[in-house]
Amino acid sequence: MRFSGFRVVKEALTGHKGWKPLWRDPDPQPAYDIVIVGGGGHGLATAYYLANTFDKPRVAVLEKGWLGGGNIGRNTTIVRSNYLLPGNQPFYEFSLKLWEGLEQEFNFNAMMSQRGILNLIHSDAQRDAYRRRGNAMLLSGADAELLDLAAVRDMYPFLNFDNARFPIRGGLLQRRAGTARHDAVAWGFARGADLAGVDLIQNCEVTGFRIENGTVKGVETTRGYVGAGKVGVAVAGSTTRVMEKAGLRLPIESQGLQAFVSEGLKPAIDGVITFGAGHFYISQSDKGGLVFGGDIESYNSYAQRGNLPVVEDVMECGMAMLPGIGRARVLRSWGGIMDMTMDGSPIIDRTPVQGLYLNGGWCYGGFKATPASGYTFAHLLATDTPHPVTTAMRLDRFERGHLIDEKGAGAQPNLH
Amino acid sequence: MIIPHPLLGPRDSQEFTIMGDAKLLARPDGLADGAEAAFFDYLYLRDNPAGLHRELWYHEQGDRSWLVVTRDTLTHEILGAELASDVARRLAEGAA
Repeated sequence: MRFSGFRVVKEALTGHKGWKPLWRDPDPQPAYDIVIVGGGGHGLATAYYLANTFDKPRVAVLEKGWLGGGNIGRNTTIVRSNYLLPGNQPFYEFSLKLWEGLEQEFNFNAMMSQRGILNLIHSDAQRDAYRRRGNAMLLSGADAELLDLAAVRDMYPFLNFDNARFPIRGGLLQRRAGTARHDAVAWGFARGADLAGVDLIQNCEVTGFRIENGTVKGVETTRGYVGAGKVGVAVAGSTTRVMEKAGLRLPIESQGLQAFVSEGLKPAIDGVITFGAGHFYISQSDKGGLVFGGDIESYNSYAQRGNLPVVEDVMECGMAMLPGIGRARVLRSWGGIMDMTMDGSPIIDRTPVQGLYLNGGWCYGGFKATPASGYTFAHLLATDTPHPVTTAMRLDRFERGHLIDEKGAGAQPNLH
Repeated sequence: MIIPHPLLGPRDSQEFTIMGDAKLLARPDGLADGAEAAFFDYLYLRDNPAGLHRELWYHEQGDRSWLVVTRDTLTHEILGAELASDVARRLAEGAA
């Protein structure tokens, strides 16, 4: 079923009776060439690119709940490529380029909106740091503009420019960044993978790996044994719990992250704005709700919810940057589990178990990476060589001392 | 979350910062054989359990003591807290 303007008009005139479910609900087959564990954004994207780009259709995605029910359904939908380090930035720029063509690629409306992201600058030192970051972005082929105070005032006149403690001095703008409809991204990849022959198997929890002579042969699930030539794991906050079934201990702590949405307001914030003096980011959804968030909870958690101290901190940061939102009422808040690595950067790599591959450690930045994570993980699974933009994202980089530490915070995940 | 401080009684966790897994108290011997592998494990690898977790909290806005807090990572329930210095002393005696 392809989507088009003509189809929408036709269905509108015929009572919307022609729409069908977007994917099948198959039972697991005895064996597949490649089994992906985790039916979230990254797992579905991996399956999509395996089947469509790398011509590997005998693929299954095993999901313990429903498709897209984890962090792809819980994030603040921001898409950007404004990283600093050479091990990260080319990957995220590759991802942003995939985002730009994504809707045409999988013929699904992901509501990709390149509305720009503005990182506010509050001091001379921060301007120097953002100038350096902007140059790193330009070197990777991304776009970046350093704005002075007048230009920021022109864009967002309602910001708190003269805050005594955190005055705004300018900003780093990436115009190609923006937001996308998070659920639609999962659905688009799921539908595209299903159309190409991938089996998307829900309510199927992986309970163990069958490993013989150091090689993975398949996975034990709540719906029986599934044989596999290769197994790729992309399970976000559950990475430790799944990989320990294969005997692996990882440089990861799971921590909670909250997000918030306000009641619907008239259009006010047409881009993404981040606070430079605290951890706070905000955008406005197409329905009018202000979507915002801040720091992780900073303690280990598998609870998919947070506590009030972070709520208070996020609200304080928001009020310091944008006092006008003080009269808006918060409608909902929710939480997800982040797999925080020891350097704040992700892992896409083989593991010591032959045939078992890991895609994880996305910390709280996995959404923007979804297409590139899927593409490069599919590349690794299909060709057994890392994609050029992921060569630094190795599992053994901690042992070898080749960390990708954007913040330079060291081996303490709650500081990343 | 309320942390039952062994000296000060129940305190709001907002007064604390958290360092992570309490295994960090057991620093390996840098001069022993295999120290490199031991330090890789010590510094980077974590059990990250879903359930009971013993972790280091620092009473930064209080008496500046380090505590070992036992907490359930599935429910955020705190089951107990003791002074990290007591735990470290027990560790040292166990090793001796």
